[in-house]
Amino acid sequence: MNWLIAIFQTALFVALAPLLAGWLKCCKCYLQNRKAPSIFQPYRDLRKLAHKQPVVSEQASWLFVTAPYLIFSATVLAASVVPLIAVDLPTSASADVIVMVGFFAFARFFLALAGLDVGTAFGGMGSSREMTISSLAEPAMLMAVFTLTMTASTTNLSEAIAHVLGEGLVLRPSFVFALFALLLVAVAETGRVPVDNPATHLELTMIHEAMILEYSGRHLALIEWASQLKLMLYGVLIANIFLPWGIAESFSPAALGYGLLAIMGKLLVLAIVLALAETLVAKMRLFRVQEYLSFAYLLGLLGMLSHIILEAAR
Amino acid sequence: MNFEQTDFYTQAILSMAALVGLTSFLMLGQGRLLRLIFVFALQGLLLTLTTTLAAYSLDNPHLYISAVLTLVLKVLFVPWMLRREVLLMNMHRDVQALANKTTVMLGGASLMVFSYYVLHPIVQTTSPVMLNALAVSLSVVLLGMLLMISHRQAVAHVVGFMSIENGLFFAAIVATKGMPMVVELGIAFDVLVAAVLFGIFFLHIRTSIDSLDVDLLNRLHETDDAKPDASAIATGVEL
Repeated sequence: MNWLIAIFQTALFVALAPLLAGWLKCCKCYLQNRKAPSIFQPYRDLRKLAHKQPVVSEQASWLFVTAPYLIFSATVLAASVVPLIAVDLPTSASADVIVMVGFFAFARFFLALAGLDVGTAFGGMGSSREMTISSLAEPAMLMAVFTLTMTASTTNLSEAIAHVLGEGLVLRPSFVFALFALLLVAVAETGRVPVDNPATHLELTMIHEAMILEYSGRHLALIEWASQLKLMLYGVLIANIFLPWGIAESFSPAALGYGLLAIMGKLLVLAIVLALAETLVAKMRLFRVQEYLSFAYLLGLLGMLSHIILEAAR
Repeated sequence: MNFEQTDFYTQAILSMAALVGLTSFLMLGQGRLLRLIFVFALQGLLLTLTTTLAAYSLDNPHLYISAVLTLVLKVLFVPWMLRREVLLMNMHRDVQALANKTTVMLGGASLMVFSYYVLHPIVQTTSPVMLNALAVSLSVVLLGMLLMISHRQAVAHVVGFMSIENGLFFAAIVATKGMPMVVELGIAFDVLVAAVLFGIFFLHIRTSIDSLDVDLLNRLHETDDAKPDASAIATGVEL
């Protein structure tokens, strides 16, 4: 039964990810005085891409064709670790947050390899930039997450969230820092505006788009879906760690339904915040990204220090 | 006593302490003078909020007076004066490239760890959880010194000096539940006098070296000009 709910939760994750992307696009369009596409547009795009015949270069090796499947499945596995509507599920009990970061690294590794595989200039450029950024973002992310795990004294996400829930409303200085660090890292890792612009294919600035330039058809659909999933994953991570209220602690249908409503509400608000930030902030030069990410790392470090210094028990 | 068992005010004050520490770090990494002054004013504002919170939770009315003093002096007057100086000398467009920003930042983080290490034995023997913030206030003092060392503009030095004072003031709030009024007033006047004196110093430095970059003060050394000759002689002797 528990496994069934876990599988259901992961399926829900995968199914809702394009909806979040559509909602985000809607918010951005309204903020920028444009006419918004339907909120279900990402689903239509995915269906269209899935029906198209993928075109693969003659020079491409087996890696190029396998990579989208590997990336998608690694991201889905990462999603299964994160509690979406309920805590205490068997999938999240079997793996902790470090495994989740590991899944991300795995997916990124294959994405970068696939970018390099065909041998176009853009692919290589995108891969090198992606690896540069992620090598700086990953420590910052782990630092922020360790702050949480030190408070809850476990690296298991589900248990940590249950700990925060059980504690009630406590204003922790370390959580303030960890929240901001995680927000900054999430923006960098999902390739949103100050770091990368998902809406353009401008040669000089693109990072994620450069790597997947050679993909088409269902391969592209899988990669797009995986990146939407990643965006949602970070959103859920931030919403459920720092504001876990509403998540189901028992497996009754009412609690699960309430949990689903709660997380959708939280993501709704979070997407508006992200769209606002994307509208207000201009894209950064590539060489300023390291400054941005080192600030995120500093925030994570300060979060950990303030956990040790300020929240010490007597 | 665990952190989650403390009352809301203590948690809020400790969170403010963390934010004060953050503003110190922000100042350390700031190359633009106007933004540096803005962050300094922000630190003052956080300090004011902390003092007000402490006054309310400790039921200590004279802390309200020191909160007002902080607001007037460190949020409004000193930033206003520094801003005017910067605009007057047309330095607001200068971006000072900090030579080794990452090193300075990491140095700041290690200073924070160091101040925790130094204060740990003292804090451990006392009971109020609020005293945890003492380490942060010491690190604000040390970070202010680091700011003075790492920046070259005289205005940044003044900001560093004032933020050292902020750190001391913060320590006084969390450790003593408010100092006697005489001391507070004395410190407030000290800050005022220091601000005025710095204004005069700026004027003098500027009229003598036509800049507020203190590195240029090295030019007044005669040895700087004499050095090439000396080395030339030395190599001549070797030859």
